[in-house]
Amino acid sequence: MKKRVPLLITFITGFIIIVSFFVPHRPFGQLETETLIWYAIIFAFTLVIGVDSLVRLHIKHIRKRKKGWWYSIVFFAGFFYCLTIGIISLIQTPNIFQPGTVFFYGYETILIPLQATMFALLAFFVASASYRAFRARNIEATLLLIAAVIVMIGRVPAGYKLWPKLPVIANWIFDVLQIGAMRGILIGVALGAVAMSLRLILGIERTYLS
Amino acid sequence: MIFLLILSFTISAKDTPDDAGGSITINVYNIPEGTEQIELYRLTKGDTLFEEVGLIPIFKGELDDATVTDGVLYLYKATALTPDTVYVAEIKEFASSSPEWFNKSRTSVLLFIALFWVVILVYIQLAKKNPEGLFIRKLPPLEAMDEAVGRATEMGKPVLYVPGIEYITDAGTLASITILAKVGRKVAEYETRIINPHFDPIVMTTAQETLKNAFSEAGRPDAFNKDDVFYLTSEQFGFAAGVDGIMLRERPGAIFLQGYFYAESLILAETGYSIGAIQIAGTNATTQLPFFVAACDYVLLGEEMFAASAYISKEPRLLGSIKGSDLAKSVLLVLIGVGVIFGTFAAIKNVAGNPVYMEIFDRILEFLARTAE
Amino acid sequence: MNEGKKDLSDWITTINREIIYTIIGLAVIIPILLGIKEKVQISPAVKSAYESIESLNSTDVILISIDYDPASMPELQPMLKAILRHAFGKEIKVIMMVFWPLGLPIGTEGLEEVAGEFGKVYGEDYINLGYRPGDRAVMIDMGREIRNFFRTDVNDVLLDTYPMMRDIHNYNDIALIVGLEAGRWGEYWIQYVGSRYKQRIILGVTGVMAAETYPYLHSGQIEGLIGGLKGAAEYETLIGRPGFGLTGMAAQSWAHIAIIVFIIIGNIGYFMTRRKERRFRIEGRKE
Repeated sequence: MKKRVPLLITFITGFIIIVSFFVPHRPFGQLETETLIWYAIIFAFTLVIGVDSLVRLHIKHIRKRKKGWWYSIVFFAGFFYCLTIGIISLIQTPNIFQPGTVFFYGYETILIPLQATMFALLAFFVASASYRAFRARNIEATLLLIAAVIVMIGRVPAGYKLWPKLPVIANWIFDVLQIGAMRGILIGVALGAVAMSLRLILGIERTYLS
Repeated sequence: MIFLLILSFTISAKDTPDDAGGSITINVYNIPEGTEQIELYRLTKGDTLFEEVGLIPIFKGELDDATVTDGVLYLYKATALTPDTVYVAEIKEFASSSPEWFNKSRTSVLLFIALFWVVILVYIQLAKKNPEGLFIRKLPPLEAMDEAVGRATEMGKPVLYVPGIEYITDAGTLASITILAKVGRKVAEYETRIINPHFDPIVMTTAQETLKNAFSEAGRPDAFNKDDVFYLTSEQFGFAAGVDGIMLRERPGAIFLQGYFYAESLILAETGYSIGAIQIAGTNATTQLPFFVAACDYVLLGEEMFAASAYISKEPRLLGSIKGSDLAKSVLLVLIGVGVIFGTFAAIKNVAGNPVYMEIFDRILEFLARTAE
Repeated sequence: MNEGKKDLSDWITTINREIIYTIIGLAVIIPILLGIKEKVQISPAVKSAYESIESLNSTDVILISIDYDPASMPELQPMLKAILRHAFGKEIKVIMMVFWPLGLPIGTEGLEEVAGEFGKVYGEDYINLGYRPGDRAVMIDMGREIRNFFRTDVNDVLLDTYPMMRDIHNYNDIALIVGLEAGRWGEYWIQYVGSRYKQRIILGVTGVMAAETYPYLHSGQIEGLIGGLKGAAEYETLIGRPGFGLTGMAAQSWAHIAIIVFIIIGNIGYFMTRRKERRFRIEGRKE
């Protein structure tokens, strides 16, 4: 029973969504949008489960004085800070992201720099990973290496200065070779996903139900 | 003799095809030079006055009037306003809207999906009859998972499992949950700790249940610690920072990055590399594959993730579905090959002055584009 | 050879990450500080995106969707500003909406800044719809009526109070959608709006996503594609208004060169190590 009911729900929902894709007549045609709206609403509530998990975990860390428990205090400081400024700003104006609100101040001075910093790490990590992994170990790896170098240099102004044909070659690699491979992988992924959907709808794939 | 052909401004109105009803599509033709706006008016049968519907966008030359009632007859009139003239066009017959029971533009999708599924179902049946006849090639990342958990156990370090940053609706996330079950069983057998941070609360709840079950199956339900499966944040880089922090503090011996990832993939994989953990990644996010290949020890590429459950369980029905989808893929590959050869042939003939093949080819492409919406 | 001692090949195959990071950091910071602006070559993908907007006139309306957050801001914000400058320069009206909540302030900031430059009036020349959750559902329903999800704008004011919005109800009234993407919404725009409502779309995406988005351009599902900072720089060149995109290109140039140098060094070290190992094997056999 514990598994049969969810499997039945999966089957019915999956079948209805497929029908709604091919049948525009009411009520079927509207079902896709309706389910997406339901999902958006349910999703908002699931965040409560997440917050509950997070708060409980950190309370436990502090209570038991687990290793690194002071990080949990930092968490609560951030949590209550965001909550408080969010409520204050909401009282100030319906759009809490409006410049001048307390929330916007926090957003501009804390969140933007933090996010930008995390994203900027990529530049450094790409460099170290390329240095470590891009080795001409065999013919395939060498071809990949040459293509990567041409694309990297050909897609920046320095490439054009070096040899005006380089951007043309880089664009060709990007436009022709790369797209061929990308399409192949995309088709494979899409077909794999279709097959997996069928397994889920028919209840053959049920690991997600534990 | 010079013939001056003046094409007059006309409109047409027809029931919007393949819709749920309540809409009539109006097209305008031969829009006069210098038209600033085209206004559309409608007369309901039985009424005496035209009512304004709205403006027909000049760039489209088309408008769906979605304010009509099914079965009611309407007459349409459009006026094109230029700086010095007003052109009027009117349809001769009444038009009405009605809902359709089948979206014809999706016929090719239906045919393809039906064929694809039939092949899979046939193979599932065949697999049930002859389970020994199925072979699935080795997937080194899945083979290496036991070794990775074993190595982490030997080192006395925990295992970190990151299920990506997509929701439970993503096929990659579902495949990740399947792989988590396998890793969870091994972790329980080896009596190691598994840390499982989450981006989405629903995935977290599913993972908690999956791991609880995996520990029970391994005969160690008591060893399962619910607190090790927790929600971090639904903010992309906040999540990346959180997981990086866990890596640096807990120093896991094995890291599994399985699911759908975005730009944070390399941030996670490089941090994992820096702490010397064995890393097994897998993603259906094609753009992130190169980063994982560069920074991880093993990678499940795209669709290999979807084959993981069949590979792990060796269940005939699952193996049959993999085999079936492979056959369907082969058929598609052949069709693409035939298309490429025919297209090349048509292009060569076209250059040589025989456009017939090219016209056929263009029509096929047009049909596919129209029905693949 | 002394076992404990490092030779040249060992050094160059094990350069410290800190050294790599420092060099990359300098390669990025110095050109930005010096304000160097590089010339870029225009790619066909960006040119066609530019031409899509160029083909519109003052009675047309474009919808810009801000589907990125501050993390992708360096790449996508210059695109937003360049597109807005192009659109406002041609008197095209602009509607902005957001699917990534944290993108709302940066989108608003970009819109207000460029609208200010051109003396545009809110509600007459442009409007900010703000954020709504439910992405695909919102996209589909906007094909029927924008007000189904956006009854009010970002400031909670009814849309019908603005003169610009009185005749705008659905995609019929929108000439072009411009999606600025750092997530999956670009795909959704194509799948749920482009094909369903035959809507013209151009996309601006992060550099990493460009590779994945190119097939949509080739199949004609999108009219133009602006990829990464380079795409932004190209667009700035096309409209003749250099901005951060072009400044960033110098930094990107130097960073790419630095990475290539590291790859070459790594490979030299790799071949030296291989030769050394081969020599040891031969010597071992002789012994």
